[in-house]
Amino acid sequence: MTRMGHGGRILALWVVSSAISLPLIAIFLTPHLPPGTGSVEAKGQQVDNEVLTMISVWIALGIFAYFGYVLTAFRLRDADPALDGPPIRGHARAQVLWIVFTTALVLCLAGFGTYELLGGAGGGQGSDPVFKAFSGDAKGTPGDPPLQVQVIAQQWQFTFRYPSEGGFESARFVLPVNRQVELHVTSLDVIHSFWVPALGVKADANPGADNIAYVTPKRIEKLAIHCAELCGLFHGYMFDNTARVVSQSAFTAWAKGMRQFVSSVTHYLPKYHHTYLPDPAFRAG
Amino acid sequence: MSVESTAARPLWRRLLGFNLLTGIVLGVGGFYLGWYGGHWLASGLDIESLDYFDDTGQNDVAMFLAYILGVIGFLVGLGFANYPLARMRGYPASMREKEDRGISRYFALSTDHKVVGMQYFIGIGLFFFIAGLNAMLIRFELLRPQPNVWPAGNYLTLVTEHGTMMMGMMTSGILGPFANYLLPLMIGARRMAFPRIEALTFWLLMSAGVILISAISFGGVPTGWTGYEPLNLQGNLGMDAYIMFFALVGLSMTLLGLNMLATVITMRAPGMTWTRLPMFVWGVISTATLMLLAAPVLISVLTMAMLDRTINSSFFVPAMGGSSYLFENLFWVFGHPEVYILALPGFGIVLELLPVFARKPLWGYRLGVAGMLGVALLSWTVWQHHIFVSGIDSDLRPFYMLSTELISLPTGFIFVCAMGTLWRGKIRYSVPMLFCLAWVFNFLFGGLSGIFLSDVPSDVTTHGSFFSMAHFHYTIMGGLVFTFFAAIYYWLPKMTGFTLNERLGKWHFWLLFISFNSTFGPLFALGFMGMPRRVVTYPSNLQFLNDWVSVSAFVIGISMLVFLFNLVYSQLFVREPAPANPWGSKSLEFQLPSPVPVHDFDRIPVILNDPYGYGEEDSLVARPPTLVPAGGEA
Amino acid sequence: MTSVQKKLLGIVVVVAGAGVAIGFYITGFLMSGPTAYHPPVTQGAQKSVNLTIQTVAAVGPTLSPNASWVSYVVRNNQNQWHRTTIWSLPAHTLVHVTVYQFDGDSGLRNPFMAKVRGTVGNTMQVNGKTMNVLNPDDASHTFAVPALGLIVPLKGVADDAKNQCDTAPCTMAEAHNTITFTFRTPGKGRYRWQCFVPCAAGFLDGFGGPMQTLGYMDGFLNVA
Repeated sequence: MTRMGHGGRILALWVVSSAISLPLIAIFLTPHLPPGTGSVEAKGQQVDNEVLTMISVWIALGIFAYFGYVLTAFRLRDADPALDGPPIRGHARAQVLWIVFTTALVLCLAGFGTYELLGGAGGGQGSDPVFKAFSGDAKGTPGDPPLQVQVIAQQWQFTFRYPSEGGFESARFVLPVNRQVELHVTSLDVIHSFWVPALGVKADANPGADNIAYVTPKRIEKLAIHCAELCGLFHGYMFDNTARVVSQSAFTAWAKGMRQFVSSVTHYLPKYHHTYLPDPAFRAG
Repeated sequence: MSVESTAARPLWRRLLGFNLLTGIVLGVGGFYLGWYGGHWLASGLDIESLDYFDDTGQNDVAMFLAYILGVIGFLVGLGFANYPLARMRGYPASMREKEDRGISRYFALSTDHKVVGMQYFIGIGLFFFIAGLNAMLIRFELLRPQPNVWPAGNYLTLVTEHGTMMMGMMTSGILGPFANYLLPLMIGARRMAFPRIEALTFWLLMSAGVILISAISFGGVPTGWTGYEPLNLQGNLGMDAYIMFFALVGLSMTLLGLNMLATVITMRAPGMTWTRLPMFVWGVISTATLMLLAAPVLISVLTMAMLDRTINSSFFVPAMGGSSYLFENLFWVFGHPEVYILALPGFGIVLELLPVFARKPLWGYRLGVAGMLGVALLSWTVWQHHIFVSGIDSDLRPFYMLSTELISLPTGFIFVCAMGTLWRGKIRYSVPMLFCLAWVFNFLFGGLSGIFLSDVPSDVTTHGSFFSMAHFHYTIMGGLVFTFFAAIYYWLPKMTGFTLNERLGKWHFWLLFISFNSTFGPLFALGFMGMPRRVVTYPSNLQFLNDWVSVSAFVIGISMLVFLFNLVYSQLFVREPAPANPWGSKSLEFQLPSPVPVHDFDRIPVILNDPYGYGEEDSLVARPPTLVPAGGEA
Repeated sequence: MTSVQKKLLGIVVVVAGAGVAIGFYITGFLMSGPTAYHPPVTQGAQKSVNLTIQTVAAVGPTLSPNASWVSYVVRNNQNQWHRTTIWSLPAHTLVHVTVYQFDGDSGLRNPFMAKVRGTVGNTMQVNGKTMNVLNPDDASHTFAVPALGLIVPLKGVADDAKNQCDTAPCTMAEAHNTITFTFRTPGKGRYRWQCFVPCAAGFLDGFGGPMQTLGYMDGFLNVA
């Protein structure tokens, strides 16, 4: 150790700490990172989070190794002959190395993120989505059109419309497993955000706008829905713990039952449309 | 207002005149004039589109008029109209306000940049503590999953007041007190380019702060600091206070940036070339450029919001042809450079202080400057990362992901300069140095978490959650506030002439550093566990983490009390005189006595070198040699 | 007084002043809000609670500083009309609610809310007649507890009805609709309830003012 210069020791610290902690993190931490594997999209986001965590930890260890070493090795010691340090104003090679290394890292990260984005892991994509998930992952018959579900956000509750099941509206969010779902998120009043952490879906609900997000649930489970954009007094209460992913047959049965249950109000609903806006001159009272 | 006289003037004579008291009186008068005028306008003129005032019981026109006339009255009462009027009548240019003495000059319009710096220090400090108190109250509510203390609407007002006051006030948190005081000294000048505008920026900011606090008596503000439309339109009268606050802050920022740039460009001493400027000045330059260019965008978008709220225009109302996306985009075009306005002064301070405490020249001067200017430039190209999942055109997202990740490159330059400066140094751990090193630690986590947020698939998890909260608190509080305290411990002895207690300073530092990380570290986990922002209730399995965070936040409060105690104790009671150069710095401001005399420099120096010549032979920074020699009096 | 004593005195005054200001801030502003109302519990074969409320077009100056705002008003144990929207209810109890609806209709923004859900039998009685759905345009307000899946649309008074009520408290002689329904409270918790009709007169989209302030059109059920 004494034959290595300061730089060598710092490098050694970095390598050793990385070699110990990165595998531990890969085994014990990253499987628990959000959003989990509840959907195809969530899996893609999970991979992203895992890679970013590993890289962040690796970089942080490097910085800690450097500063930890430097702050102990180069402390001012009382018996120091000169009070000032050596007048080093720069080192061209070190600067070039740093610039090249960090630029390469950043470009790789951006490329990796774009790759995952192309795989459909990107939440709300606006009214003209580009990144649809590989529909080959959905275990329906090939060429199955996605199930359209409209998420209507209003102050302060989410309601959901199923146009393919007769256009009924429901306060319950139920999805069939293993089928690609095309979510159309819109709002009736202010900006909300439809967030289902377990499915890896987050799409803002803007009034007069249709925000499309794709999700293919892979697991039968209970879901929690949160509103992720401050929308007024009860924003914190705009959550829903009754949402679920169920089997395909259970979904059909549920849709049939719910359709019947709300049939008395379905004919009052406006025709299914991607956005609904109140009468412009509307002033209550 | 008058020159020193030998006879003591009676109190009432001293109170009469253009000062803070007169300003308050005229401000309140203007407020009521505007209020009743606005009511008269609404009812007396019988404009159909303003009919809704009767139904709602809320007259936004009156509110805005009241605030605007109140601010004008306040500024006139302070004396800001005197000089323009005098010049219009033909009186010659003068700076007589600088000749005032005594404590009363801190409560009036002063053209002495040092007085303005101290005014900023106390004023911003006051609002910092008020906003900090709001944060303590927020965390108090979050001790239990169900709302238990503040009713839901009041909680939202707390959240908004905390965020808005911090963002508005701390934007000028370093430039206001420290750049105003020190920039002329660092470049070898005796004043700022526009002294009265300098004073104006301060008093605008103070009136803005009062207006924001008044929002609580007008029904509060429900939108958070971002003031998103259309929720903005649903707000009570307090929302108008928010709009006025940010409009005034925007004005103050624009003028402050203008003043800083004009000073650096035109008033540098002979020999102070661009490559000899201290890094703090480069930080000020990059910040001031952003302030000058970004703040007007804020003022425009808020003007549109004001029009929507008063005369029922429909910029942001989709049902009438407007768009909520317009607000989001315009706001963040300002908002992203804004957060770099908060971060850049910290960069400048860290690179300024590290050479002094490592006793080595700054490593990579040009790289550091490139880093700061690069951050300033790139900050304009990234704003859509705040609205990745809002439904923006999905083609745009890879571009903004790339541009946001690229901005970490110039930020990395700052880190490498810090690293190189410490290499083989003789590092002393004085309190300012500790805060700068803490900056490195905090900004590292802030920056790395920014990588998560810039990556779109990862952003789907983290946007609008507590992860995002943790990220910006690490960069803004861990970055700006820590360097704010570094600057205080480093420069306050120079500014007031009295030292701060080192031992209390270390207590403050360690309490703050540990409790800060203990508070905001777990927030990353909370965000990952699905807790959205700005919520008053949360799932009960998150209670333990929230309680941990709340208790740590209270310890932050305690550390601030330690700081306050240090400030009062050492500045008011102990009053140990500070040496001219306690840190052995080679920078120009430390070649002057403590406190700095009114006229600053006896003679404007000629600059020979940059202030980082530690360890170099013949590193005299400036002539004439009657100044305290560089490197002496450690 | 020496200068040190003067400074100490100054510090004490400042700290005391700050304490007073903070105290006012917390108690006067932050904690201000409606107080809870505890209706009496009738014991019997089944525990039940009776709740009688009015919904009014303008709450009037005696009940609120915002005289023109719409509001819910509840009849308290002293038989007086009291403006509070925080109601304490026992858990697992039937709650019989009678609403005297005095306000004109504004229409539901989302017609889906016109279907009655979450009550016993998923029905309500409007002026004696049992219904399970209302014409959405006739709705004046709703009583909805989303966490319980409970929503009851409240029928509005016709525009041309005679003898409409101006300000609260309204009397039975004035034009009104009587809506009754029953629901069962769940286990312990705080459940928010709200109106879903954009009924805040004068506010753009009808959702400002009383719709965003606790104590008018929004409240809590404290179930214990």
